[in-house]
Amino acid sequence: MTRSQKIEEKFFKLLMILATYFILAILAIIIYSIFEKGIKSISWEMLTQVPHGGYYYGKGGGILNAILGSLALAFGATLLAFIIGMPVALYLNVFLIRHKKVIAIIRFLLDLVWGIPSIVYGAFGFSLMIFFGLQTSLLAGILTVTLFILPIMIRSMDEILCTVPIGLQEAAYSLGSNKSEIAFKIFTRQSFSGIITAVLLSFGRGIGDAAAVLFTAGYTDHLPNGLLEPVATLPLSIFFQLSSPVPEVQNRAYASALVLTLIILIVSLFSRGVGKRYHKTKINF
Amino acid sequence: MYTSTKISIRDLNVSAGKTQILKNINIDIPKNKITVIMGPSGCGKTTLLKCLNRLTDLYPELRVNGQIMIDDNNILEAKEDIYKLRQQMGLLSQRPYPLPMTIYNNIAYALKLRGIRNRRETHKLVMHYLQQANLWDEIRTRLREPASRLSIGQQQRLCLARGLAVNPEIILADEPTSALDPISSQFIEETFVRLKHDYTIVLVTHVLRQARRIADNVVFMYLGDVIEQGSVEEVFGNPKMEKTKLYLGGTFN
Amino acid sequence: MYLLNRTQRHTVNSTWMIISLLLVALLPFLLFIGLYLKSVLLLHDYSVIDLIFSKTWRPSAGQFGFYPFIIGSIWVTLVAMLITAPVCLLTAIYVTQYTKKYFLRIMHPAIDILAGIPSVVYGLWGILVIVPFISRYLGPWMGIKTMGYSILAAAFVLSIMIIPFVLNILIEIFRAIPVELKEATLSLGATQWQTIKHVLVKKALPGIIAAFGFGLARAFGETMAVLMVVGNVVRLPKSVFDPGYTLPALIANNYGEMLSIPRYDAALMFAALLLLAVSLFFNLVMHFFIVRYNKY
Repeated sequence: MTRSQKIEEKFFKLLMILATYFILAILAIIIYSIFEKGIKSISWEMLTQVPHGGYYYGKGGGILNAILGSLALAFGATLLAFIIGMPVALYLNVFLIRHKKVIAIIRFLLDLVWGIPSIVYGAFGFSLMIFFGLQTSLLAGILTVTLFILPIMIRSMDEILCTVPIGLQEAAYSLGSNKSEIAFKIFTRQSFSGIITAVLLSFGRGIGDAAAVLFTAGYTDHLPNGLLEPVATLPLSIFFQLSSPVPEVQNRAYASALVLTLIILIVSLFSRGVGKRYHKTKINF
Repeated sequence: MYTSTKISIRDLNVSAGKTQILKNINIDIPKNKITVIMGPSGCGKTTLLKCLNRLTDLYPELRVNGQIMIDDNNILEAKEDIYKLRQQMGLLSQRPYPLPMTIYNNIAYALKLRGIRNRRETHKLVMHYLQQANLWDEIRTRLREPASRLSIGQQQRLCLARGLAVNPEIILADEPTSALDPISSQFIEETFVRLKHDYTIVLVTHVLRQARRIADNVVFMYLGDVIEQGSVEEVFGNPKMEKTKLYLGGTFN
Repeated sequence: MYLLNRTQRHTVNSTWMIISLLLVALLPFLLFIGLYLKSVLLLHDYSVIDLIFSKTWRPSAGQFGFYPFIIGSIWVTLVAMLITAPVCLLTAIYVTQYTKKYFLRIMHPAIDILAGIPSVVYGLWGILVIVPFISRYLGPWMGIKTMGYSILAAAFVLSIMIIPFVLNILIEIFRAIPVELKEATLSLGATQWQTIKHVLVKKALPGIIAAFGFGLARAFGETMAVLMVVGNVVRLPKSVFDPGYTLPALIANNYGEMLSIPRYDAALMFAALLLLAVSLFFNLVMHFFIVRYNKY
């Protein structure tokens, strides 16, 4: 190895190390600044009360409306996406197993849909809402977020289901099971941890996204009380509080951001935990 | 006939964690002969081959102890010039792995690493090595195509030509015909027999007939041990060890 | 125990599966048709070329020029990619070729967390950290007066947001390269860096390009974080320190007023349609690029 080659390799290796630690450092800075700012202004009152009159000018109250609203919305959307998405993922891997072309096309469509920005779903959800004569409401929000997380849900389940070995299917067929039994009994059990991970991933996406619910969920200072009423969401409450010129209100935005980040971190930790735990009941080949 | 020893392996031990992959290996590999290492799968043949050109360095979990002398040079101790050292050996693996370049550049790249940059010379040598690997006549008009468009058999011969292009003294081949059709395999075997006058060839195989056809020397390994070694007549004609007899008789594979 | 017998359950299950599948498969077309029908009012009165290339945006006067937004989006996206692309490529090579296996086990959760942080939180972080950094340090240091809310701030925040997405794809691509190819190259006497430079990157090149393409498409449609730090000024930016406006930000900022001015809603839906078209186009091209390459 000549000298210049050595220098070149050293140089690029240094760049690689820098790039890697740049990413890790940025992550640390983000987490640190969110926690540092948020912890200062978070309070019990913020977590347990709805905004009082004049909240957005610095008077008392909290963001319970947004926390519960976001949870309700993300929960509803995840449930709906699961009811639609799970059968699709199963159908792909059990019923269409011999039609590689069809599977490829559907996977391709799903990837395409996954790539569409959430604001487009928001705009589409809005026009759908107008079309059906709905108001901005929890229901409209749920429907929009469902469309948005559906491809995420299906593709992540699909990734897991397509690893179920063909031998297991053959064994089940030879016992006399029909296709839907194989789908709902064998595949779901074998891929249980993966399915939970997919659901939690979709939940995290649903709760964190603002652009899709901007048009459709509306905003309210009240607790969510019914599918047809508007509902507050955490991302939007962060956004609105941050746009306020009053420093106390901005501080509450930091606290709200901390709450949202924590929810998402917990969900993500949880999904890793579940993944590990249920790995044991899975049959390994 | 007197032959000098090219590679001599002394007390070679390789382990990964607690599993011992190679146990106290002692082998002499004569110069300008084809030495066949055979044995059932999982016996450590491939690991042994990787030790010879220090590809074991790629796997941090492997611990390698002992001596491998090539021309009185212990290669396991060499720290600096592994690159020069690897150029003393051409490697042929189970499946062909052509570089993602044109056919021509697959060879030219090896020449470049050897330090040949003159275009005229490169040209001449590319042709020379492709001829040596028995490939030139088939592909002389397709040199600028990506190497991945060749058939598997052609790709393997391209890899052989590429291995020769670094001007090695030794050719290491790890079941080079296992992915090939019979005709391509025959091509490779013929090439080996022709090349042994200029190179020392170490061939790993589990095809007994192949070993019998082209080997001068045979090493039989089982579960990390060398069971028996000697000339092909000795080992095939009159095996001393019970395990060798069983293996040659087809009892285990 | 069950309401229905086995065969009936099979029928119900299968039917539901097919209905769901149809819904999902038709989704991209439904999106396109829905947005098109909503923006048709605008397309009736203006030509697409005019809308895309005219520079004046005055909805109250009936002037809908999308050019500043499109240019703003392109600036932000390209500058973001200039940061993301090298960082991701270098990191992917480092973690797959140089580090031991445990390092990837540290990297994966880190990437997951970065991917999970919501857009709004990224935006807030941009306002807290990046915007002041640009207005107080970077701008003055380069002798430029800037508010901090700028193309650069948006691009930087955006680049961090798409890093986990691009990096994950790149790591998968490098891990999919067979180790034997590396061994073959090393056995020719190449150094590790020569192997990476001449062989591995070349082998991975189509995948690398596709990863960048997918990242680009994703960056183009990102809304909240960009909206919060880009400045939202309808003007053609002259440098990265100028504020700008992007297509997604336009939609998100104005949904409140859109029903009060004629054709405003149609204009915003047209913006969404443009975003959809760009996203579909990029993903389609990259997909066929990969399929085509895989044949060889």
